[in-house]
Amino acid sequence: MYLILLRKRKPLLKIQKNNKMKKIFIPVILFAVLINSCSKDITEHNLEFPALQPASLDINAGTWKPILLTGPTEFAVPAPGATNTPDYIAQVNEIKTWQVDLSNEEKRIVEYWSAGAVLRWNEIMRELVAKHNLPPYQNPDGTYPAPNANNPLAYPQFPFANPPYASRAYAYVAAAQYDALVAAWHYKKLYNRAAPYTVDATVNALIPKSDLPSYPSEDAVVAGVASEMMKLLFPGDQDFIQQKIEEHKKARLIAGANVRSDLDAGEALGKAVAQKFVTRARGDRAGTAGGSLAIQSQMEQDCIARGEIPWISQENPKRPGMLMLFGKVRTWLFDSLTMVTTIRPPAPPSTSSQKFKDELEEVYSYSTSLTPEGRAIAHYWADGISTPTPPGHWNQIAAEDFVTQNFSEVRWARNMALLNMSMMDAAIVCWDAKYFYFNPRPPHMDNRIKTVTGLPNFPSYPSGHSTFSGAAATILAHINPSKATKYTDMAKEASLSRMYASIHYRSDCDKGLESGIKIGEHAKTRARTDGAE
Amino acid sequence: MKKIFLIPILNVFTSLACLSQTDIDGIMMEKNGFCVGPMFGLGSWKNYWEGTLKRENLNIGTVTTKVFSVMGNYGINNKLNVLFSLPYVLTKASAGQLNGQEGLQDLSLWIKWKAYGKKVASGRLSLFALGGYGFPASDYTGDFLPMSIGLESKNLSLRGMADYQRGSWFGTISGTYVVRSNITLDRDAYYTTQMHYSDEVDMPDAASFNIRAGYRNKGLIAEAVFDHWNTLGGFNITRNNMPFPSNEMDMSRIGFNFKYDMPFHPPLSLTGNVMTTISGRNVGQATGFNAGIFYVFDFTKKKKTASEDSKK
Repeated sequence: MYLILLRKRKPLLKIQKNNKMKKIFIPVILFAVLINSCSKDITEHNLEFPALQPASLDINAGTWKPILLTGPTEFAVPAPGATNTPDYIAQVNEIKTWQVDLSNEEKRIVEYWSAGAVLRWNEIMRELVAKHNLPPYQNPDGTYPAPNANNPLAYPQFPFANPPYASRAYAYVAAAQYDALVAAWHYKKLYNRAAPYTVDATVNALIPKSDLPSYPSEDAVVAGVASEMMKLLFPGDQDFIQQKIEEHKKARLIAGANVRSDLDAGEALGKAVAQKFVTRARGDRAGTAGGSLAIQSQMEQDCIARGEIPWISQENPKRPGMLMLFGKVRTWLFDSLTMVTTIRPPAPPSTSSQKFKDELEEVYSYSTSLTPEGRAIAHYWADGISTPTPPGHWNQIAAEDFVTQNFSEVRWARNMALLNMSMMDAAIVCWDAKYFYFNPRPPHMDNRIKTVTGLPNFPSYPSGHSTFSGAAATILAHINPSKATKYTDMAKEASLSRMYASIHYRSDCDKGLESGIKIGEHAKTRARTDGAE
Repeated sequence: MKKIFLIPILNVFTSLACLSQTDIDGIMMEKNGFCVGPMFGLGSWKNYWEGTLKRENLNIGTVTTKVFSVMGNYGINNKLNVLFSLPYVLTKASAGQLNGQEGLQDLSLWIKWKAYGKKVASGRLSLFALGGYGFPASDYTGDFLPMSIGLESKNLSLRGMADYQRGSWFGTISGTYVVRSNITLDRDAYYTTQMHYSDEVDMPDAASFNIRAGYRNKGLIAEAVFDHWNTLGGFNITRNNMPFPSNEMDMSRIGFNFKYDMPFHPPLSLTGNVMTTISGRNVGQATGFNAGIFYVFDFTKKKKTASEDSKK
């Protein structure tokens, strides 16, 4: 491109030979170089992740403490056929047939999935959340339609993957993957069937070899969990999900890492374990978290009765508060009594107090004189509509750390489960407090205040970003202590970003961070006793 | 005296840098002439196209863009001009909470070459080639639409233009290809029609077409304009989503321009234009006007003959 432009310009240069001309054209050519030196191709960081090569097989992970399963054998996996049977040999031949002539697309999917099953399915989740993280448009009468899980493709599509919804989706999938992999590891050790590239030296290993027994396939376990959980969480995206599952399994076959019976057993196990999580999800009260205008009105009256100014929707037309009963959803790491007595933050500064006025003034100052750096921080952490949400952002942060840690799949899943159970609990704690205190947003209290990100449609105190970030940073610091300071700093920045954006007071951020850290401590307690450390 | 006639075109979702501040007429500044002046523009839209769906947004209301700019055109010689423009842009929404943005937008530099001029029939045909380069002159963010003051990309524009004048009547037609650089976001992941794990956004190139015709004589230009901007790629705003810099932003606009030289002092001139959007995609249906005052300085060295100076 650069050369072509130069050639185009050459005749121009010949027209006149005075010095002024050259002086003018040199900058133009430099500009042409500048603009063309930046290639249009985007480097997608997640496509550069290396193939997973676990530092440890975690061969005893079948003894790790599951989350919902009563034990690793709750769902039986039948013994596999021996590797000298005609059936097994036929399965190996299927691999060899694939490997004879691989298309570029087949090579691509092998490389893509080699980075890790838990990682890739986590990314797929984030993509689906971003796709569905859009608030429904209003009806002509000014009311808002609700997405319907039974008719997910009709507008507004199901789900509206807002932060609490997303936190729950990430948590269920991660937790189910973890339990299913604990069970898979039990059977791997029990049956100890080697990978096809080990059994038959003529099978090419297109990914790094591992001594981990390949039956049942950990990749298929993860895909099987996704298959079941996603029917619940993203029912309108079944085509996309099934296509990913088929691609994932095919990649493992082509790579010489699994025979078909490894995959079938793994997928069946993943689906069975996921059913247990689906059952929990159907009864966790998220289905009624949307609440009603009557409930919202009661919350408003309660707030007024306490002598405080209540939150109101700043949207036009007024939109019911987002998932006003999400605080009632069942937690993972502690019970509801613990939540209310020890984790729920104390009451925010009274809307009539001097402290409140001071904090409001502080927000106003950010609204009027935000530095470019402050704006960049606000945007970096905004994680608003059409993004994977704050919990998704922390999944990205965690994933980018974990790919450098060489975790086994089961340890990946365990760490992702700890992270995401923390963040779903953070959503529950935060939403409980938001609607309990029903605190108004800064632009409501001072209409001069303008924001640099969309104003969330739910009460202010405490900040969701802060609660998510406190919880995430605390458990991630435990998982990777070498980055503890970095995670703490990131959480603080994420928290402050909401003040920079002029949508939260300092108390919202500080107290959100504090309760998030408490939630993270509960996750650490679990982490210390789950058998993985 | 021949002068520039720069026309900032306002407020797509932003004021699209590559469309604004370009010299798109068939007039050259004479050698050593330097025409410079301030312009003020005001544009607004209430309705916009979300993909192809025209809608309003009660949480944004009407978005107004003000532009204060300085523009200039220097005649290296009678066939070669360099032009620049530097706008300061302010945006504001009449409803909702989104904070208006302001700052220096993009510095644009153009080279305009009159490659051919010949009598054809009883008129005069001129052909031009132009090259332009625009880049952000401040640290504004393009990733805050519709409040952003620009799209942040560096734009290399290549334009061919033909102008025909017969008596006092003329027509000008031009086509432009705009190579747009990737932009860098303040975040490291974003969703278009799929997830991207990068802070870089591929900005599709764009093409535009402009036709203008009217009266052009010493001291007065009055012309009607049709302009079409087409982004060559990109994606639609999804339902109830916010716009994104790499959306497929297309639009057709019509407008009217004038330039009037002050009879008492012809180096001083007034310019103005009105422009409205008649169709579009992923852009605001903007209507706006611009007004400017320009002055021509003559940098011809005095030791030369005065004959050039006396030319009008």
